Amino acid sequence: MSTLRNKLKPGWLLVLPFLALVVLFYLGPILNILMLSVTDPAPGLANYAKLGESDALARIMWTTVRICIVTTFFSVLLGYSIAYGMVHSSTQKQSLMLTLLLVSFWISILVRTFSWLMLLGNRGLINNTLLGLGIVSQPIEFMRNELGVLIGMIHYMIPYAVLPLLVNMQSLDMRVMNASRNLGASGTQTFWRIYLPLTRPGIVASSLLIFILSLGFYVTPAILGGGKVLMIAEYISVQLLVTLKWGTAAMLAALMLFGVLALLWLMSKFMKLSTVFGGSTQ
Amino acid sequence: MIETPQGNLQINGLSKSFGGFRAVNNVDLEIRKGEFLTLLGPSGSGKTTLLMMIAGFLDISAGDITLDGASIADLPAEKRNFGMVFQGYALFPHMSVRDNIGYALSVRKRPTSEIKARVDGMLELVQLQDFADRKPGQLSGGQQQRVALARALCFSPPVLLLDEPLGALDKKLRVEVQEQLKDIHKRIGTTFIYVTHDQEEALSMSDRVVIMRDGAIEQVGSPYELYEHPTTKFAASFLGKSNFLQRPDGLYALRPEKIDICGVDSAGVGPIRLTGNISSVTYFGSMQRVIVNVVDGDPIEVDVDSWRNKQPLTEGMKVNLSWQKGAAVKLSRD
Repeated sequence: MSTLRNKLKPGWLLVLPFLALVVLFYLGPILNILMLSVTDPAPGLANYAKLGESDALARIMWTTVRICIVTTFFSVLLGYSIAYGMVHSSTQKQSLMLTLLLVSFWISILVRTFSWLMLLGNRGLINNTLLGLGIVSQPIEFMRNELGVLIGMIHYMIPYAVLPLLVNMQSLDMRVMNASRNLGASGTQTFWRIYLPLTRPGIVASSLLIFILSLGFYVTPAILGGGKVLMIAEYISVQLLVTLKWGTAAMLAALMLFGVLALLWLMSKFMKLSTVFGGSTQ
Repeated sequence: MIETPQGNLQINGLSKSFGGFRAVNNVDLEIRKGEFLTLLGPSGSGKTTLLMMIAGFLDISAGDITLDGASIADLPAEKRNFGMVFQGYALFPHMSVRDNIGYALSVRKRPTSEIKARVDGMLELVQLQDFADRKPGQLSGGQQQRVALARALCFSPPVLLLDEPLGALDKKLRVEVQEQLKDIHKRIGTTFIYVTHDQEEALSMSDRVVIMRDGAIEQVGSPYELYEHPTTKFAASFLGKSNFLQRPDGLYALRPEKIDICGVDSAGVGPIRLTGNISSVTYFGSMQRVIVNVVDGDPIEVDVDSWRNKQPLTEGMKVNLSWQKGAAVKLSRD
């Protein structure tokens, strides 16, 4: 007992209640889901076998992955230019931009999705304007398709893309860019050969973050997709609430969990994850 | 190969203002081809600002810079073809030593074979042949410094700018690298413009030293000229140590090692000029620093070679101070 007490640093006692909370309310349910996926309705791997059998499931998974990849690409691309613009502005402008960014963080996803509804609908602001000006004769289908889902998701994800990139870019030593120019490299060459490689940890971090968050997206695809664009999260909810196939839902949830873990493992093969999350360049 | 201009740099009436503050004020300077010129001054004297304007990283507020007769004031940094060793080196952390050194040639789209040959030559020059494939983070400070030097010299620039390149090294290593730098300068004949606040570095390495103060040039000359014939009080006290004597016809500077201490009755190297009492003696091995309180004026600092010390010097001793004619230099101003 005394040896145990010696090994346990007092700091651990402080986090012990929280640790217990996490185990009880977080690990517990996850294990329960994993159990459900192999026991409901009958013990065995029947739920997982459905993946190979059901075309609908395969289509949903492919839609999900495709939307996540496109969302990640455009969010990081736009986030990169925003972060770049912020780092190279005066301190005053930078804090203004950061405030605007955080404000969009604080607006509920529901509000933001419904705003897009008003903008993109057939009788929405954009289509009404285009029709009124005579630029188009038929309203453009922005909604009830993948385009609408992508617009909504990318818009929501951009702040998440900016923050890791911003931290990364702020930690760069600008003398290194000066050195590049001094050695005769143009601005473009300096960007591709020095700046971009040095911001790679930030790019990886925000891509990972956005891809993982996108995998579980529910509200935006449900509203802007109008039931036509089915992603995993919505399908899980249907299985839980409508068809009551808890086993299938649990299987899909488990699949998403393992997918994320596999992604993290893959990344760790290429770079130290701590540098990704620390956003440092070393 | 890359053409090598003459490397004769002319600075005319150059100024830089930040808001209302003049960091560099109307500087005229000619930098001759192949010389080792040091900009020496305390922090805030404008030496780094001047260097950054030469490099093209700072816009010029007034004046002009010409290279071999042609103005380069409007050329962007990447078109000036000046090598530069940055404070803290600014190596590319994601590239190997080889790629760092070859960068200037690679952005100029030189053939791979030429880059390899040239980089090999540079690696040999700075004696880093065995480190070509390492990343900068895996090198010691001294090695990083040499990579920075090789990178800056790889494209045979007519002028090399060095911004306090030894600031991050410890004292012992610094002396060693000073020797290497001097040696490399001698071998390649490039014009070196070197910024430092370290007077020993300036004295031991340069062909000419520019002492800067408050954005303007205080005095320019060879280390010998500056040390032996300072024209201002600032120059005399910033480069080496100096006593100052107020005489009816003006202020004089007198180096501590030029003063001879003798007992009250014995003769010195010259006529006895001052008499006083020793207030302190500090022993440094090869020499002793003696402070003598004199009746009229500030205490006088005297450096005495230990081996010439005929009698032990103790506090309170009454001594005569003598020096040769011409040892005290008349200053033109503060």
